[in-house]
Amino acid sequence: MTRRGALGRLAGLGFGVGAVAAGCTRGDDRQRRALLDGLDVAFDAQPEVLGHRIRDGARVEPPPDAWRTVGAVIVGGGVAGLSAARALRARGFTDFVVLELEAELGGTARGGRTPVSAHPWGAHYTNLPQASNPDYVAFLRAHGAIEGVDAHGEPVPTEAFVCRDPDERSFYAGKWFEGLLPASVMTTRATDELHRLERLAGEWAAFRDAQGRAAFALPVEHGSDASEVTALDRTTFAEWLDAHDLRSAPVRWLCDYACRDDFGAHPEQVSAFAGLHYFASRRRTPQAPGGGDTAPVLTWPEGNARLVEWLRADAAAEVLTGLAVADVAPGAADGGIEVRAIEAATGAARGFRAKQVLLAVPQVFAGRLLRPYREAPPPHLAEFVYGPWLVANLELHTRPGRRGFPLAWDNVPYGGPSLGYITATHQTGRDYGPTVLTWFEAIADADAGAARRAVLSWDAAACRDRVLADLERAHPDLLTRLSRMRFVRHGHAMIRPRPGFIHGPHRRAAAVPHRDVYFAHTDLGGMALFEEAFFHGRRAAAEMLEARGWPA
Amino acid sequence: MNRVPLLFLNVTIVATCGLVYELLAGTLASYVLGDSVTQFSLIIGLYLSAMGVGAWLSGKLERKLAERFIDVELAVALIGGFSAPILLLSFARLSWFPVVLYGLVFLIGTLVGLELPLLMRICKDRLSFKDLVSRFLTFDYLGALFGSLMFPLFFVPKIGLLKTSMVFGLGNAVVGLWGTWLLSDVIGGNLRMLRARGVFVIGVLLFGLTQADRVEGWSEDELFPDPVVLSKTSHYQRIVFTHSKRGYNLYLNGNLQFSSTDEYRYHEALVHPAFAAAPAPPKSVLVLGGGDGLAVREILRHESVTAITLVDLDPAMTTLAREFRPLVELNRDALRDPRVTVVNDDAFIWLDELFARAPETRFDVVIVDFPDPNNFALGKLYTRLFYQKLRRVMAPDAVATIQSTSPLYARRSFWSIVQTMEAAGLSVRPYQVTVPSFGVWGYALARLVPFDSPRTAPPGLAFLNDGQMAAMFDFPLDMAARPDDGLEVNRLDNQWLVRTYEAEWRRWQ
Repeated sequence: MTRRGALGRLAGLGFGVGAVAAGCTRGDDRQRRALLDGLDVAFDAQPEVLGHRIRDGARVEPPPDAWRTVGAVIVGGGVAGLSAARALRARGFTDFVVLELEAELGGTARGGRTPVSAHPWGAHYTNLPQASNPDYVAFLRAHGAIEGVDAHGEPVPTEAFVCRDPDERSFYAGKWFEGLLPASVMTTRATDELHRLERLAGEWAAFRDAQGRAAFALPVEHGSDASEVTALDRTTFAEWLDAHDLRSAPVRWLCDYACRDDFGAHPEQVSAFAGLHYFASRRRTPQAPGGGDTAPVLTWPEGNARLVEWLRADAAAEVLTGLAVADVAPGAADGGIEVRAIEAATGAARGFRAKQVLLAVPQVFAGRLLRPYREAPPPHLAEFVYGPWLVANLELHTRPGRRGFPLAWDNVPYGGPSLGYITATHQTGRDYGPTVLTWFEAIADADAGAARRAVLSWDAAACRDRVLADLERAHPDLLTRLSRMRFVRHGHAMIRPRPGFIHGPHRRAAAVPHRDVYFAHTDLGGMALFEEAFFHGRRAAAEMLEARGWPA
Repeated sequence: MNRVPLLFLNVTIVATCGLVYELLAGTLASYVLGDSVTQFSLIIGLYLSAMGVGAWLSGKLERKLAERFIDVELAVALIGGFSAPILLLSFARLSWFPVVLYGLVFLIGTLVGLELPLLMRICKDRLSFKDLVSRFLTFDYLGALFGSLMFPLFFVPKIGLLKTSMVFGLGNAVVGLWGTWLLSDVIGGNLRMLRARGVFVIGVLLFGLTQADRVEGWSEDELFPDPVVLSKTSHYQRIVFTHSKRGYNLYLNGNLQFSSTDEYRYHEALVHPAFAAAPAPPKSVLVLGGGDGLAVREILRHESVTAITLVDLDPAMTTLAREFRPLVELNRDALRDPRVTVVNDDAFIWLDELFARAPETRFDVVIVDFPDPNNFALGKLYTRLFYQKLRRVMAPDAVATIQSTSPLYARRSFWSIVQTMEAAGLSVRPYQVTVPSFGVWGYALARLVPFDSPRTAPPGLAFLNDGQMAAMFDFPLDMAARPDDGLEVNRLDNQWLVRTYEAEWRRWQ
């Protein structure tokens, strides 16, 4: 509460008759309303508008002179598409274009910039990879995020990109605490359970099957398929927690937070494999007793948009943004594939004829764009379920006051519905003055479709109110410090690894090329992680080149 | 003469004053105790309930209502009027400040609660009951509105809490004194005595007003051993200068930065070893921190220096170093020297921006004089990453000195800084010196190549000579690093130093 706000609230109370107090509350409401009305709120980009026009059957027929012939078309300029482009370029194949619906590349990893700071619009960190993911290590090393290897041959991160301490704090009962779990909620039982969860996760991190494969590898494709591992994929994470008597509220909240953070879902909706993956996969030295330490978090002011920029630089590909693909039709007269698209800015139709197409989009969109899938949807499509996200960037002219532990990178209201906010300026060392806070909420309702429809129905004022309702408990003076709020809604932000999905048949079926159409997206790994998108982009690129008989 | 309208003016004044005391207590409590929500809530609740007690007590008074009303007014004038100075002074002096705070709030609330019931009963024969209630409450609420608007918009920003408190005390006192005329027809007793009391209270409050500025100084003095001569809150820190017979002291956020009695020891030891260790006479010098200009004063003794860039976060500090006379005398107007360029920025970011803008820039000497790493914002300026940034602006022959806290009070912190600098690829020579107002203090001298510690001091200094220069590089056993110290390199992602420093200093407090 600002002093002015407090005083305004007090004005009549000293002479405390109900009517006066009510009049005063009205005055206070007016003051608040004025602040709310004066606040500049808007959506940053609304790619869903054009997307829905296409979904709803907008006809796109490019005139004959708007067709172009290329070797390959990559549909989708997110991490998977750019990773594929990078891999194609690395092998010397350059006859392709990347088509992206939005004005900016990156998909859910894209970033933005205000006069104060660059900031993320979605994914905002990656964990330091293990040496067992050499392609990803090489990528990070080439761009200076890894500066060497340690005595075990594991990568050593570059200090400037490792999340600065303090990395996390949580808000509970009027105060901030260091770490995700406020010290004041940690009962003896909760502490004991937390240690037990850590021990169990550590044991799983150290697990190796007969072929020496980890249970929770990144990408999951490199992991073990031993029966005790796949068994984890048949129950929900909530059931697993119950079975291990991990029932205290703080530990359950931590697990819920983890699932919402990585899978946009609650532990009741994802498999135990997925839930444990969060705790067991990101380790620094998994060979050490107890599964080793948690791997350092690598982050940048603009989040994973930095990685997107690096991919783009490596790919050096022709990229056409603001171009919405509406139809991918194999079987043209010359055996090629016809790709029809609309320019978002002009509404003009454009066509591409290619020998190969890579659909680097969520499978739900592959089902809408690819004509044969549209006409006869393959059974695997229905198994891909996505949770929506609301992301807000809060531009602050001054930093909020604090009670308790100081501002960290990740700031989470304990027990709340959101994932909290990260501080864009944290990694830069800019510790005073204006900043940008990026707030996230994964709308984790059991019915993902209903959640998505709800999110897409909110206007900017509704988004603003949702953010304020979440943060004003911790920052009562927030409204007086805000200069702007911008929102992005990711309708299909995160694939939900429901039981049976990761180790089941549908995920693999979806990755199988359809004639000369290939598929790459993080959802093919079953989890919305940079490593998965990076891997599947490379995998698809290799498949395309092999089909072309391209020299290795 | 119909005196009823004038009585309504009194009701308005009484209401305004009553609200202001409540706001004053709430504001002061949140200033000094923090947690404004709790403090305001407690104080409103206590004050309102005390008003209820006052209203109930009013029913116990049967006789001489007008005299009692005037007495209550004068009591509110004194207690309410002096509430802010009482609270400020007792906060600095008393461990049981909350007892004073809530006791005072309850007392004022009770007295204010007596006011209106008494006045209404005094006026009960002059107005119908309907008019009495409606008019009194109307003017009561009007007064509240006036008080609530004027307090934050005018009184606090323009005249401060102390004077506000006394001005409103005067309001109550004037109502009391004036009442001896307005209510003279119902006052049975000694009018002259009542008026004398009113005049006395007004006199005391007026005297208080003239002393308010001094009181504001005292309360802050309580936090410091010597009288405060300047205090300033910038965006970044609280800057306080105190003065005693022995000289001036500078405190940032309550931590002593220098004492003019012995700062020469600190600043000579900070600056001259780097110059003595330089293979060639240094020309360009970078100072990070050190906004007080005292390090620059020492640097300017070296005639080879042609350019000094000083980077300090806080423009308020560098402005004081150029304009606050006692400091200007102490630093010999160093920051106005034509060789000096002052930049106000965070050194962590400035080094990056310099490297991006002018990657060829190199300095011959770098003096790093940041406050100790007692928070995460400062801790980043002691990381391996920071020293890597620093290396990029050091000329091949350059020498850097880093103030690195006390090797006696915070031994592990000190040696962690040395180890962190070495991890950044610097060759380091730690040294220590005694500065009485600080205790034993430590520094780290560094170059890009291995080097021998310096053995000569320039002439004309007050502390350093050749013998002392050599002696500083020797560490007694209780300050030397020990094998079981468990030192870690301070990195941005572990901030090991901030956590260790805090634990080490806590033992000495």
